[in-house]
Amino acid sequence: MSRYSYIPHTETEISEMLETIGVKSIEALFEDVPKVFDFKLDLPESSDEFSVARELKALSKKNLSLNEMAIFRGAGVYYHYIPSAIRYLSSRGEFLTAYTPYQPEVSQGTLQALFEFQTMIAELTGLEVANSSMYDGATAVAEAALMAVRTNGRNRVLISQTIHPEYRHVTNTYCHAQSIEIEELPYSKDTGQIDLEKLKSTLDDDVSAVIVGYPNYFGIIEDLKKIKALLDEKIMFIVVANPIALSVLEAPGSFGADIVVGEGQPLGNPSSLGGPGFGFFATREKFVRKMPGRIIGETKDVDGKTGYVMVLQTREQHIRRGKATSNICSNHAHNAVIAAMYMSLLGKEGLREVAIRSFDKAHYLFHQISKIEGMEPLFSGPFFHEFPVRLKGTSASKLNADLLKHKILGPMELEKDFPELGNSVLFCTTEAVRNEDLEFLLGRLEEIL
Amino acid sequence: MKKYAKTHEWVHVEGNVATVGISNYAQEHLGDIVYVELPEVGKEVTKGDTICSVESVKAASDVYSPLSGKVVEVNEELDSAPETINSDAEKSGWIFKLELSDPAELDGLMDEEEYKKYCEEEEA
Repeated sequence: MSRYSYIPHTETEISEMLETIGVKSIEALFEDVPKVFDFKLDLPESSDEFSVARELKALSKKNLSLNEMAIFRGAGVYYHYIPSAIRYLSSRGEFLTAYTPYQPEVSQGTLQALFEFQTMIAELTGLEVANSSMYDGATAVAEAALMAVRTNGRNRVLISQTIHPEYRHVTNTYCHAQSIEIEELPYSKDTGQIDLEKLKSTLDDDVSAVIVGYPNYFGIIEDLKKIKALLDEKIMFIVVANPIALSVLEAPGSFGADIVVGEGQPLGNPSSLGGPGFGFFATREKFVRKMPGRIIGETKDVDGKTGYVMVLQTREQHIRRGKATSNICSNHAHNAVIAAMYMSLLGKEGLREVAIRSFDKAHYLFHQISKIEGMEPLFSGPFFHEFPVRLKGTSASKLNADLLKHKILGPMELEKDFPELGNSVLFCTTEAVRNEDLEFLLGRLEEIL
Repeated sequence: MKKYAKTHEWVHVEGNVATVGISNYAQEHLGDIVYVELPEVGKEVTKGDTICSVESVKAASDVYSPLSGKVVEVNEELDSAPETINSDAEKSGWIFKLELSDPAELDGLMDEEEYKKYCEEEEA
């Protein structure tokens, strides 16, 4: 019998392996691992599957599922309704098995699904090429910054303070490791949009890229045209977008964006615990060889039949090793396939409807909240389906604790990431918020404040 | 007078300017060339530096500068017709021109005869 229930090696095998490499014990093998990571899990004795399943079921009942709640929180992860067909289609074995479809002769289904995905992302972003997904929104932003530096050889990246705080952290980590200078651009305290004057005075010949949100973290829609007008032609204009919003907003590509990236989770992927989602990444064709990630192409086989293959692999890590365009090897192809299913099930009109309903509900909520004593919307800029509010009558955490008692996931608290905003929260609505949820929330807010 | 580097670039010098490309032997080994990443005009290079890359259907290979100097011209034709390197590697398939900073470096390169022998040894 093995010492570890879920590890197949027997004691004898373990001793043999240790002897072969000349190490005395398992503990000695791992002695280089800092003690802080030495997790001693306090687990009960192992038991049969039936009993464990019962116990875990009982534990899971303590959780509240988003499906039983009214959701007024977004901040990077969005609760949209997911058509039930998606769960069944995306669980088919054919889609679950392929990791990297290097062999086109056995991966046509996956390859075609990803090709369709790329086409839809290119259309939403208004750009010519899209890759078949990245790890997540944060790494997509970081990789876009690296791509800009690769493309124009400049070394300074300007990132708006209203990009998701976690995306900024990840981008900082990437840039710091490659000695790329990174600077944050402040936002206007009136509109919540990027401070154009400040941007103008920060620009110089060393600036490689300018990164802005569309909508930004506060839900505010930036004036991409005005920003683009300030940039010299070498600067890469990077837009971090919400893909649902892109079905109603003018595409960033038509405002001269060079790279459009974002988190794809809102497209048919569940919120889970903040992941897994996937990153999307689109750019202009002239930069395609500088773009990270995999690209699926359409071609003809020897008989003239249409087929799909991975293209431009020569710049990838399995061939270029250390000189590869990018060394992020994990993409989230399955999540991207789910997104392609979602977009094709809803179609153009359906996607627009999701966006318009999300927008309408948020604007109704904004309007009603403006009338409540003790709550004050922070910015005057145009917004999509999120908006920040300053609280006067109570603290953000107290408000959320009260709402949770009523099965409402309340707004995101902003003070931790934006101390300058103090006691403020970020509300979000999607089409999955029912009208009675809105009225109930407003009732609670009146009561509390 | 053509000279060759061990990294399979050829050099043709006129006055103080060297025209550089990859050798016929190199293009044969790379296979169908689909893209050439041209260096930037004005770039200063030292002998042996990676200066640009050539991409074929099966690999991407770095091109090393066989001499030191400044890039004064690049072959823009290769942008739209990279396959020129396959059909005419050592003439119209040139990649860039260098203004030499140290012409004496030429002595370290092989002539056609030596290079031919070198390739035969590589094959063996």
